[in-house]
Amino acid sequence: MQYITLDTETDFDGWRKAARSLVLHHVQPADVTWTVQGRDAELFAPQPPSPILEVNEGTFNVSGKFVELAQAAILHRDSERFAILYRLLFRLKDNHDLIEVATDADVAQVTAMARAVHRDEHKMHAFVRFREIGRERAAHYVAWFEPEHHIVELAAPFFAKRFADMPWSILTPDLCAHWDGHELSFTPGVGKSEAPGEDRLEETWRRYYASIFNPARLKVKAMQAEMPKKYWRNLPEASIIKPLIEDAERMTGAMIANAATDPHKPQKRPEAPMPRKTAANDLEALREEAAHCRACPLYKDATQTVFGEGPGNANIMLVGEQPGDKEDLAGHPFVGPAGQMLDRALEEAGVDRKKVYVTNAVKHFKFVPRGKIRLHQKPNTPEIRACRQWYEREVAAIRPDLIVAMGATAAQSVFGKITPVGKTRGRLIDLPDGRKALVTVHPSYLLRLPDPEAKALEYRRFVEDLKIAAGLQKKTARAA
Amino acid sequence: MDVQRKLAILADAAKYDASCASSGTEKRDSSDGKGMGSTAPGMGICHSYAPDGRCISLLKVLLTNACNYDCLYCVNRASSNVPRARFTIDEVVKLTLDFYRRNYIEGLFLSSGIIRSPDYTMEQVVSVARTLREAYHFRGYIHLKTIPEADDALIAEAGKYADRLSINIEMPQETSLQQFAPDKDVRAIRRTMGRLRLKLDEAEENRATKTKAKPQRFAPAGQSTQMIVGADAASDHTILHTSSNLYGSYKLRRVYYSAFSPIPDASRALPLVQPPLLREHRLYQADWLMRFYGFDVGEIVDDSAMLPLDIDPKLAWALRHRDRFPLDVNRASREELLRVPGFGTKAVERIIATRRTTTIRLSDLARLHVPKHKALPFIVLSDHRPSPHRLDAAGLIERFKPKATQLGFGF
Repeated sequence: MQYITLDTETDFDGWRKAARSLVLHHVQPADVTWTVQGRDAELFAPQPPSPILEVNEGTFNVSGKFVELAQAAILHRDSERFAILYRLLFRLKDNHDLIEVATDADVAQVTAMARAVHRDEHKMHAFVRFREIGRERAAHYVAWFEPEHHIVELAAPFFAKRFADMPWSILTPDLCAHWDGHELSFTPGVGKSEAPGEDRLEETWRRYYASIFNPARLKVKAMQAEMPKKYWRNLPEASIIKPLIEDAERMTGAMIANAATDPHKPQKRPEAPMPRKTAANDLEALREEAAHCRACPLYKDATQTVFGEGPGNANIMLVGEQPGDKEDLAGHPFVGPAGQMLDRALEEAGVDRKKVYVTNAVKHFKFVPRGKIRLHQKPNTPEIRACRQWYEREVAAIRPDLIVAMGATAAQSVFGKITPVGKTRGRLIDLPDGRKALVTVHPSYLLRLPDPEAKALEYRRFVEDLKIAAGLQKKTARAA
Repeated sequence: MDVQRKLAILADAAKYDASCASSGTEKRDSSDGKGMGSTAPGMGICHSYAPDGRCISLLKVLLTNACNYDCLYCVNRASSNVPRARFTIDEVVKLTLDFYRRNYIEGLFLSSGIIRSPDYTMEQVVSVARTLREAYHFRGYIHLKTIPEADDALIAEAGKYADRLSINIEMPQETSLQQFAPDKDVRAIRRTMGRLRLKLDEAEENRATKTKAKPQRFAPAGQSTQMIVGADAASDHTILHTSSNLYGSYKLRRVYYSAFSPIPDASRALPLVQPPLLREHRLYQADWLMRFYGFDVGEIVDDSAMLPLDIDPKLAWALRHRDRFPLDVNRASREELLRVPGFGTKAVERIIATRRTTTIRLSDLARLHVPKHKALPFIVLSDHRPSPHRLDAAGLIERFKPKATQLGFGF
């Protein structure tokens, strides 16, 4: 039998050193007895400590996951923890994957211990309550806490980083932690009487606790699951839990039973809403009207109507399909990836973007949500038809010479019927009202092409199409 | 009026907002010796729990409960006779620091009634955050309520100081909002959520590419919203459809569901009954199914239908799709395992790691933290196979229903 005595309850390094040596000497877990200096002195006759052999002849690897679990589990208050950890380590030496087997009894027990320690640490972070001693610059903050496991050293750095600018002490029966503004230190445990009994803010805190509680939603079990009674004796707010619960039913009953009082007339009338800007021109009025459009169901799920933008006297009007994700959020057409592609192509073709009016055949974004993203959906004919009035009224307000339809949806809107892009693209077409139309692809079609060569080719064709518009823009510029 | 009295009024006015999370933000502390505070990595910290089972993590108050708006469901509506109060900026700052120093809270959740104008109100709210961050170097958590239609510069500043921003959608459908909150405009709410998302995306891109030496900070814990459940007649399907839309459109971290609860001096136009807490609970379960379990709204609940109250939504789905079961736990894909009643995301990860080395048996379920009673009819293990008759039996659902005496709530 090997007798190992560790320096303290939290002596991980001592355990690790002894365990490593024991494993290398093939000492069976059943042949080791673990204890801590000073513990159980009266139960056992003092045993000669094992000569922990300085092992130099070998080493072995265990997974980082075990080390992490062991560092936490060793802080558990179960006195068997050193032995359980050694047993697991002994088995892991020849079976590395064992640590992933959640159904193994030792793995499950060590995992549960580590979890209990972390939960206790988390609860300490949450439930420590500092009390002020002295005021202003001389203030010192002192808390009394009773941890379930040996977690004071584990939990203390959190408080040092959080309350770096104030001196504090956390007193516990096991160990006390102190921060002087520069350094953490630890002293032996003390009794509760060493800690201050009250704080000037506690009455205010209880007032808040009582006011934030909604008596109509009493769920005492849910509260106790997260804040077990064992913590209550050190929480200043806990003294009012019982009266709050007892009073809850009466208060809720009163809220339900009491009919509402006569509505109160607000003393201060809200300022009258700002008068809407009178529409500067027809386009502004249209935009405002379209913001409230409900001609098809697409408005319901979209953020906003994305109306056309550009000068009211533009002689070229570009029509796309519908706003995309980014356009829907920003409220402006062609600001997303397709818009950037369009900008580049217009520049290459020699079209002055600032002198062009840009809009979409359908003015709400159609999509289906998939988790955190929205998948674009093609608008159907009834939706295109319902939205066509806005397109027609934009044309009437702007009176462009040339309308460029980008993609099939836009072409359908411009020509009033389904119009295949392939057969019509790249040439000027006369519209019944005397305007010219030009059909080309939608820039998002280029974005979707997977083959870079095809993409480059299609992009060239797109730019070529837009050059027809550029020619017309230059001609009218000369004429003017 | 003394600060304690104000605190009582303005906390009472804030408690119907369910959000209290202090999670998901950047890592920060005060170890540079300047100021005070830190953030808790990952899950946040709940410093206390009220007897309503809700976590108390942040000091949750309104700056003022005076409000121009008259939203019927709200305790602070203009026509209510509740007592009114207004904190000064310094009073909120001091309370936050005093509470924080004693480890009562993780930080501040500040909202406000709308006074004067949206911009004025937003400016007041932002001033508190600015003072905490700039004058006191407060490093704790700050959640600010964003006022729809507030100026872009104010929103940018709010995002600079806050960890999280939120705007409440309030009602699951536009018609209800028009009916109950005539001063609010769902379009304005959604437009502002859209603006927040664009700013969040931009900040995230800047962080990822590190193009700028110090990228503009914007609400690292993202945005959230709240919907009131049970004040209007919206079905669970409508509610979940709206949530799914909001998650997809604005990348919300959370949609909070708040069972409509009786309030002091309530409007006569609303149902003054016990809050539908069980319904709220089922909606949260369904919300989790959408976010972490790969379910679509349409799979969880049919058009215009309600979630069952007696069993959870995943179990209800499994009972409607018995042809997909029983599932062999030792072979099924992660996606399939996530759909087994009683299997949580962590249990599924443990199962996948474990079965690489060994087969899973009946006696292992407890160590995997899987409730046997719920899962057994749906799974095959190396030493367990449910009888086919049992899975097909019409009475299977009875196994899962709570005993009659428990109905009406074991909360």
